[in-house]
Amino acid sequence: MYCLIAAESAIFVILIVAYLFYVGKSLSGPTPAILRVPVLFTVCLLSSSLTIHAAVKSLSRGNDRAFGFWWLVTIVLGATFLVGTAFEWRHLIHDEGLTIQTNLFGTTYYTLVGLHAFHVTVGLLALAAVSIFGFFGQVRKPDAPRVDVLSLYWHFVDVVWVVVFTVVYFIGR
Amino acid sequence: MNSTTALWELPHRALSPTDIFAPVSTPAQSIFDLSLFVLGITGGIFVVVAALLSYSAIRFRKRKNDDGREPAQVYGSLQVELAWTLTPVLISLVLFLATARVIFQIQHPAPPPGAVEVTVIGHQFWWEYRYPGLKVVTANELHVPVSDPAHPTPTFLKLYSADTDHSWWVPRLAGKTDLIPNHPNSMWIEPRETGLYLGQCAQYCGTQHAKMLLRVYVESPEDFASWIQEQRQTVQTAPSDGTASEGRKIFERVACINCHTVAGTPANGRFGPDLTHLMSRETIASGAAPNTRENLRRWIENPNALKPGCKMPAMGLNNQQLDAVTAYLVSLR
Amino acid sequence: MSISLELPRTQPAIPFVDKLHQWVITVDHKRLGLLYITYALSFLLIGGIEATIMRIQLIRPHNDFASPQVFNQMFTMHGTTMIFFVVMPLVFGFANYLLPLMIGARDMAFPRLNAFSFWLMAFGGILLYFSFIGGYGLYGAGNAPDVGWFAYAPLTAQTFSPGHSTDFWTLSLLVSGFGSIGTAINIIATVLCMRCPGMTLGRMPLLAWLNLTMAGLVILAISPLTAAQIMLLVDRYLGGHFFDTQAGGSAVIWMHFFWVFGHPEVYVLVIPAFAFASEIIPVFSRKAIFGYPVMVAATLAIGFISMSVWAHHMFTVGMTSAANMFFVLSTMAIAVPTGIKIFNWLATMWGGKIHFRAPMLFCLAFLFQFLIAGLTGIMLSSAPFNWQLGNSYFVVAHFHYVIVGAILFALFGAFYYWFPKASGRMYSETLAKFHFWLFLIGFHLTFDFMHVPGMLGMPRRIYTYEPGRGWEIWNLIVTIGVLFQAAGILAFVANLFGSYFRGKNAGSDPWDAWTLEWSTHSPPPEYNFETVPVVKSRRPLWDLKHPEDPDWKYE
Repeated sequence: MYCLIAAESAIFVILIVAYLFYVGKSLSGPTPAILRVPVLFTVCLLSSSLTIHAAVKSLSRGNDRAFGFWWLVTIVLGATFLVGTAFEWRHLIHDEGLTIQTNLFGTTYYTLVGLHAFHVTVGLLALAAVSIFGFFGQVRKPDAPRVDVLSLYWHFVDVVWVVVFTVVYFIGR
Repeated sequence: MNSTTALWELPHRALSPTDIFAPVSTPAQSIFDLSLFVLGITGGIFVVVAALLSYSAIRFRKRKNDDGREPAQVYGSLQVELAWTLTPVLISLVLFLATARVIFQIQHPAPPPGAVEVTVIGHQFWWEYRYPGLKVVTANELHVPVSDPAHPTPTFLKLYSADTDHSWWVPRLAGKTDLIPNHPNSMWIEPRETGLYLGQCAQYCGTQHAKMLLRVYVESPEDFASWIQEQRQTVQTAPSDGTASEGRKIFERVACINCHTVAGTPANGRFGPDLTHLMSRETIASGAAPNTRENLRRWIENPNALKPGCKMPAMGLNNQQLDAVTAYLVSLR
Repeated sequence: MSISLELPRTQPAIPFVDKLHQWVITVDHKRLGLLYITYALSFLLIGGIEATIMRIQLIRPHNDFASPQVFNQMFTMHGTTMIFFVVMPLVFGFANYLLPLMIGARDMAFPRLNAFSFWLMAFGGILLYFSFIGGYGLYGAGNAPDVGWFAYAPLTAQTFSPGHSTDFWTLSLLVSGFGSIGTAINIIATVLCMRCPGMTLGRMPLLAWLNLTMAGLVILAISPLTAAQIMLLVDRYLGGHFFDTQAGGSAVIWMHFFWVFGHPEVYVLVIPAFAFASEIIPVFSRKAIFGYPVMVAATLAIGFISMSVWAHHMFTVGMTSAANMFFVLSTMAIAVPTGIKIFNWLATMWGGKIHFRAPMLFCLAFLFQFLIAGLTGIMLSSAPFNWQLGNSYFVVAHFHYVIVGAILFALFGAFYYWFPKASGRMYSETLAKFHFWLFLIGFHLTFDFMHVPGMLGMPRRIYTYEPGRGWEIWNLIVTIGVLFQAAGILAFVANLFGSYFRGKNAGSDPWDAWTLEWSTHSPPPEYNFETVPVVKSRRPLWDLKHPEDPDWKYE
């Protein structure tokens, strides 16, 4: 999983480089000034790291119910983040007229944030699959190390968001 | 000016018109001098290492009367490793310093007062040349003055592209520099001998990349001045020849003017080469064919026959129209 | 003296369909390795045909054997095929086959991921070749990519490449790229976690170290290509502007992203070749590899530095003098550990008893040719010299010298070395020598003389050239070399097939070698080792064969 994280990090690094390279270079159209910092949804995503950690801890202690609970909370928080992104994009597209085609800012912003959202989605699907197995009682204490590996992926997604968030909403604006 | 003056003065018979080891211009000369140094070092390394490899392969081969015992097992030696680490490091350092010096010699010097400035715009698949100071626009064949070391008149080229990436490479004059859209570049040449120098586009730019040829005419100051004079003139009067004037009407009606410019007429398209002084050029289709009446006719009848995949469409003219337009083009001196 | 274990050949006859099914669903690293290798060899033949078409077209000026459209597709497909669907699968195939055997493991760390990665890569190749018949294109039937294997922007934009040729390139590489990352993860996990007892990192074969480094490079290098391809797809299909110069985008940034992938990629290709040489040369010189720790350090140094040299592919692009100087320095720096490796191989041969069997012949040629390739690389690393030599046939000659002269020769050596292990049969030494000499002559005819047109001003990727530039004779010689290479390959394929069915029994250790794979049967059983090996040194079989003088006394 660490190797996978390394590989995925390299993809994000390149996209972040592209984003930073193109900051301020749009010939026309909306600029990053129109962005509203998504504080609430960021808090949701970052706290989901804490909840998934709690879930894995519970499972490794044999507390299946607590595990199921915290795991579900993680999914809800992740889904909230995605919903928030959807709302933000709707606002940007309908009210500000910024699409991926509009200008360099639009292209780089949607691609970078979009790729991250895609990774969140894939993560949520994986978490949901585990949830379903959990409902049927298939996830027990011996599975804790494997679930831990999956949670590594989730932590990675959060760390990426910290970086993307900083680059897009602070450095780039 | 350079330490290998003796070599420079040795008559070098170029193995080809595009031989990189037959420089006639200062930047190409600097590169040549550096290349001799690099070749010397790498050649020396080759001789030594290849000799050692050959020697070991022969000396330590298994003989026919081998007793089957294993040779002495040697696992390594720190001194030897240090020796053959330090030596390459030193060689690399020396090479790097020699290289760095030439980089600075060639990249971005300040143009001296006598310099000619040319803007080069690369297109698929032809070269546009503009002399902003001298108010000349032409295509595909570049004319520059020869440079006298006492009063240098180098030519500084600014490189742009109208579409994809290209590269300007005339080996005897300079190393290549790319023409990249939205990324202006610059280079310079300082030819010391008159003559015609050849080259071609050196960055894959599409189907007809192979026929985007370069021709640079290095002329005496007088010849250059008179060429400039000719190029500055706008088309004088309407052609006297009836067929040619019929051809001009067709030219202006059948959308040729959308792509081509003929100064002094309504034709002011920028997509294709400027044709104002078409007959002052020795070749057409960026060097792909000699500029003769027959070739011109063949070209406008079906450009794809000569340069399949080029951007000029066949305009579907009939024979009469072709004759007329050819006559008109031939009148553009 | 060699250890010989014979397995009786008693296997019940299995219906063909079931056999096929077993191969399709296999997760056994040996079978997957063979699948990778067979796949790659098929594409080697196809890539060779593409090269032959180009060489016939270039045999004389203004030839009309292949139209410019076809020629441009040929060089794009030849490059893409050879790199992604020949050498990479060969490298992964050998790694898959050999690593568990050489570290005393039963299989790779993630067998199912292994199979998945293979099928992804295989699908990528099929997708790429589907382009010849699928889709529509500006120039009619046949829509194979024609943008060059590095697909520079903005030639790949919708404006300049309408139709789907670029998309086939992008998608097939995207898919096979995921497969490569899967394999790399597997290699790293296997080498780090599955070594047999007693095999510390310092005692594993150099092949394991080198493949570990290669896998690390894959992880870090393939992703930039993936990212760039995602951006290209966004540009082409979602109206993005990453490389849209009209909207302020940059063509140069594509080059940076591509070469950040592209340069480590060539080290991914060549480091396994080093691995083969590091295993074969000691055995056929009858000496341990000279300077094992230094070889490891040099490999890691090469891997590390290779991530910082990429813009030496961009010297003509118009970077600042400072940038140019940095990349000159880093490129020259990487020559140092590479040279150290050559010296260590030389020192291994020195004082030994060299047996000139096919694997060693190929490795000897590898040494000479890699030396030359490295030296022409140093010439190219000097930026001003590069301004003349770059993008010309000199560069084409240089990289073919590395890929064919070094990598392919080392691969041939590896084929002959491990063929007895994988098949249980000995190959024909006579046919192998035919293969060697024919291919050697062909290789040198083609690629030695190919340097000359480059120095005489001939750029690459041109479907024809003008007479009178002095290029004709050299192009003719270069094309003639193709015949000899083809003949050599024919001998090779004949040897593989013939020996597989009719070769003599090889036994488990035909070479009197020292690493673990030679201690099990030929071919190895599915479980690899009957008992888990325990090792005390880098050459466990040497210790067994020389109990009076074991390695662990000296390491």
